[in-house]
Amino acid sequence: MKKIEAIIKPFKLEDVRNALGEIGVQGMTVSEVKGFGRQKGHSELYRGAEYVVEFLPKLKLEITVPDDLVEKVALAVVEAARTGNIGDGKIFIQPVEESIRIRTGERGDTALV
Amino acid sequence: MKRTLAIAIVMAGVLAPAVAFADDVTPGQFFANNVWMMLASGLVFIMHLGFATVESGLSRAKNTTNILFKNTFIVCIGILTYALCGFNLMYPGEFNGWLGFAGFGLVSPADGNTTAYADGGYTYWTDFLFQAMFAATAATIVSGAVAERVRLSSFMIFSTIFVGLVYTIAGSWKWGGGWLDQMGFYDFAGSTLVHSVGGWGALAGAALLGPRLGKYVGGKLNPIPGSNMPMAAVGVFLLWLGWFGFNGGSVLSADPGATSFTLVTTCLAAAAGGVSAMFTSWFTGGKPDLSMSLNGILAGLVGITAGADTVSVLGAVLIGLIAGGLVVGSVLFFDRIKIDDPVGAISVHLVCGIWGTLAVGIFSTNPEHSFMVQLIGVGAYAVFAGGSAFAIFGILKATMGIRVTEEEELEGLDLAEHGQHAYDLNEGPGFLEAATAPRPAGSVARELATSEQG
Repeated sequence: MKKIEAIIKPFKLEDVRNALGEIGVQGMTVSEVKGFGRQKGHSELYRGAEYVVEFLPKLKLEITVPDDLVEKVALAVVEAARTGNIGDGKIFIQPVEESIRIRTGERGDTALV
Repeated sequence: MKRTLAIAIVMAGVLAPAVAFADDVTPGQFFANNVWMMLASGLVFIMHLGFATVESGLSRAKNTTNILFKNTFIVCIGILTYALCGFNLMYPGEFNGWLGFAGFGLVSPADGNTTAYADGGYTYWTDFLFQAMFAATAATIVSGAVAERVRLSSFMIFSTIFVGLVYTIAGSWKWGGGWLDQMGFYDFAGSTLVHSVGGWGALAGAALLGPRLGKYVGGKLNPIPGSNMPMAAVGVFLLWLGWFGFNGGSVLSADPGATSFTLVTTCLAAAAGGVSAMFTSWFTGGKPDLSMSLNGILAGLVGITAGADTVSVLGAVLIGLIAGGLVVGSVLFFDRIKIDDPVGAISVHLVCGIWGTLAVGIFSTNPEHSFMVQLIGVGAYAVFAGGSAFAIFGILKATMGIRVTEEEELEGLDLAEHGQHAYDLNEGPGFLEAATAPRPAGSVARELATSEQG
């Protein structure tokens, strides 16, 4: 199993959630983060003083899936989260050693779905 | 014929008591005048809602409780000191023109509730209350300029002395019939006596305090944006509303012509100031600045306050337009000389207060008003109000200190001075904040002990 970590633009969450639902992904974890890459941030003006806001709000999605779903899920997220403008985000795929369902104690792929 | 006679007799009976009072003010007019003046007192009181929200809106959330506390304190101590001694310092009756005192406390003269008291304009009690509201507004001007870093206790001491003694003695020179009044100086509703006096206090405070941490670091101007623009905007509109009483009530009666004309000049100046500031800030900054535009409205209001009843319609508009441009330039100027004024109080009240005073000398339709006398007035208040403010803050700075520590400033005065937040910063949109919210002392220790076992 692998964890798919996706940094996306906040307003794209609903599109991504719907896309994942369509291919059968049951759950995910979302956190609010700030960051920047090539997307520079923007400048603001207040009472004669200009300043630059570097860190932009983003959402981080974490989805852990069995190996056979990884490519499908990753592509679904890419398609749903893309706007074509700088700042769309990135996806990182990491190996996961073990997963355990807290309620039942199940391990492995059965704990994921 | 009989009916007409009967009516005439009834009318004579109704009007006869008026003849027994002083002047030609009828009981009905006295009632109307006093009701308007009481309403005006309430409208001026509304300015405190305005100050509270403007100041909260233009400063950071971590200091909001502190700002509101200062505003609350000032209105309370202002009214109390005015009752104790302020009213009688400002209106000492017959005096040498410089310093007089009519005694502690409020004692209504025998004719205090009759038309003989104030030409039928209002009662003694209305007189006190209306003027007390003005005193409190003068003091509260200072709180905006010293926000986010002034030590609370020092500020409370400063305000009490400033509103109790400085504002009142200064006011006696003109409204109390003192030497400036004798000289022909004119300040209809307080551009000088209220706004510039408050403005001098604001300048002294901001200058002696120094800028907020990080404001001018690295040789650059680093903005510290306000936390709540809706509050700031609502606050300005509340102040504008309050000005209906501030200027409208300064007619000191409900005279239809004078009051209605004054309200018009007041509103024209406010509108002109707003528009002028909008376009000036657009020009200087490349984009129009909301907070400066709001300052522009106040600038126009402060500017018209000295001459609202004696300038023409065109004069009012011009005074407002110039005030709006002045306030933007002034905000930028004070930042350039590194005097940090979070809300623009110095620019709105001192700079435009002086402008309003001088504008009487330029635009007044009354030939007895002169620019030179107005200028003398400006100078007199600069020396007295400015000097007193610097002295009081200076002594406080040398003795107990007037600024919070760096740590306190970074932590926020809400926590440092009051131990409480204005906004419940833990109940955010995130459940994480709620889950890790602080709990009452004691419960945490118990839970830690329990988890140790499990």
